[in-house]
Amino acid sequence: MFIVENDPIEMRKVYSQFMQEFIGKNSEIIGLEADLMSSMSMDSVQSIYPNRVINCGIMEANIVGIAAGLSLAGKIPFFHTFTAFASRRCFDQLFMSVDYQKNNVKIIASDAGITAVHNGGTHMSFEDMGIVRGLAHATVLEVTDATMFRSILEQLIDLKGFYWVRTMRKNAVKIYQSGEHFTIGEAKILREGKDVTLIANGIMVCEALIAADKLAAQGIEATVIDMFTLKPIDRKAVIKYAQLTGKVVTCENHNIHNGLGSAVAEVLAEEYPTRMRFIGVKDRYGQVGTVEFLKKEYELTADDIIKAVKSFT
Amino acid sequence: MGDVIRQINKFAKQIRIATLKELNHLGFGHYGGSMSVVETLAVLYEGVMKYNPKDPLWSERDYFVMSKGHAGPALYSTLALKGFFPEEDLMTLNQNGTKLPSHPDRLRTKGVDATTGSLGQGVSIASGIALAHKLSNRANRVFCIVGDGELNEGQCWEALQFIAHHVLNNLVIFVDYNKKQLDGSLDEIIMPFNFADKFKAFGFDVAVVKGDDTQAIYDAVKTPLHGSQKPLIVVLDSIKGQGVAYLENMVSNHHLRLTDSAKAELEKAIALLEEE
Repeated sequence: MFIVENDPIEMRKVYSQFMQEFIGKNSEIIGLEADLMSSMSMDSVQSIYPNRVINCGIMEANIVGIAAGLSLAGKIPFFHTFTAFASRRCFDQLFMSVDYQKNNVKIIASDAGITAVHNGGTHMSFEDMGIVRGLAHATVLEVTDATMFRSILEQLIDLKGFYWVRTMRKNAVKIYQSGEHFTIGEAKILREGKDVTLIANGIMVCEALIAADKLAAQGIEATVIDMFTLKPIDRKAVIKYAQLTGKVVTCENHNIHNGLGSAVAEVLAEEYPTRMRFIGVKDRYGQVGTVEFLKKEYELTADDIIKAVKSFT
Repeated sequence: MGDVIRQINKFAKQIRIATLKELNHLGFGHYGGSMSVVETLAVLYEGVMKYNPKDPLWSERDYFVMSKGHAGPALYSTLALKGFFPEEDLMTLNQNGTKLPSHPDRLRTKGVDATTGSLGQGVSIASGIALAHKLSNRANRVFCIVGDGELNEGQCWEALQFIAHHVLNNLVIFVDYNKKQLDGSLDEIIMPFNFADKFKAFGFDVAVVKGDDTQAIYDAVKTPLHGSQKPLIVVLDSIKGQGVAYLENMVSNHHLRLTDSAKAELEKAIALLEEE
């Protein structure tokens, strides 16, 4: 039985603690901010390392270029801003200044999807994962909880290239115990069941686990996969569990176009055509609201997942 | 005229000839904006920058970013003449499978420090390189050429704010003010008003020099700045098609596809340059 319990630490604190610790250990790491430094708890890190955390001002496209230049001169830049701005505003810069010329730039994109809550529709991105996964060399991740976020951040120091890490900013639901290891390209299988496969990422992993419990009570055994690694996607896991269950439901805090659902469908269409249902935002824009309200509004709840599972005939 | 300037002038002529031959061989390309930066490239690569053609990624080198990436052919000639790769390679410009694409690509061409082409991004990249060296207390300098039309792009002005605020005076930006962009004159398309006044208002020191005045360009940038000295922008009062009368007199010379008569004119121009 999955018990919903929040991480004791906010995702932004995971990031700022990581930066504080590793800026001290590695002289090449630079944190870049776009006037959202305090929102990400990076102001305290800047007060310790004023030359290593640079608040560049509200100029996201330029910051991507700065990050590219830092990379060209051997630095390891991490650039944080909201998901919406990091993707929509900076796409050509992510393309040419970063990915096309294989620069070493890590984007920490916070306030993923509906977790932008009261900043509303203008600040909600339901398209970012689809945008960035079209870049040829990109690695596209959505971290699920604090344990995973910390593990991925530590791995990023030594991994060269363009990495996109999508996250919420406040407390995530705790999914993993500390010490858990994460490998980019390998999904986490959280539960195995023979009747249906739920493939989720981000805040939807929790909903999928709740749905699986409720389905089990009704005699339906679900596999739950945390596909935090959207690109490269874990093809083997997708195929294996599609073969085992014959039904796949993808669950994402993103438009159903071009994100997780599309990526899973691409694998299955080629390797093992399987009936699917897509839980996600269906060609709508965001609005203000609490996470709980917005989950209901955009049909992102465990009950919506159950409804989708039952819609297979 | 000192020996250095004589050498620079000689090198400028070599770059101009090699670039014309490179473009003529292909039969089309960005003639106008390649010609207008020739003297600046000659000053940088003959008289100012530290680099090692045998070790293009030498950690102590000075960096060069051609933000106006369509002037790639002029950069390629410069690099080939300096030994980064064989001069014969210039004849592969834009051919299938070439190492010399229209716009500079650092992963394909030795000596290219940054990939550019989508306008407005090179100044930001150059500022990041300069910032990295500042933070590490390294003496490397960074040079960047941005087009006058390219300054239509808002990102350039974001970068200028950043450079001035962080006093990145290890970076020199050249503005190739050749007065024309692709579709016509700047005055018709987006009036630049007074570039020098704008840059001063943004917190820069500004030098305005003739685009072919190698002595003035050299004098403006030879000595590295330090401490709290304001970063420098050099406005090159240049001519699109510079140094080739046939091109200079042409109204629209951003990109040419050569007719037989144009080819003959340019071959005459090359012969004239070679005779001088």
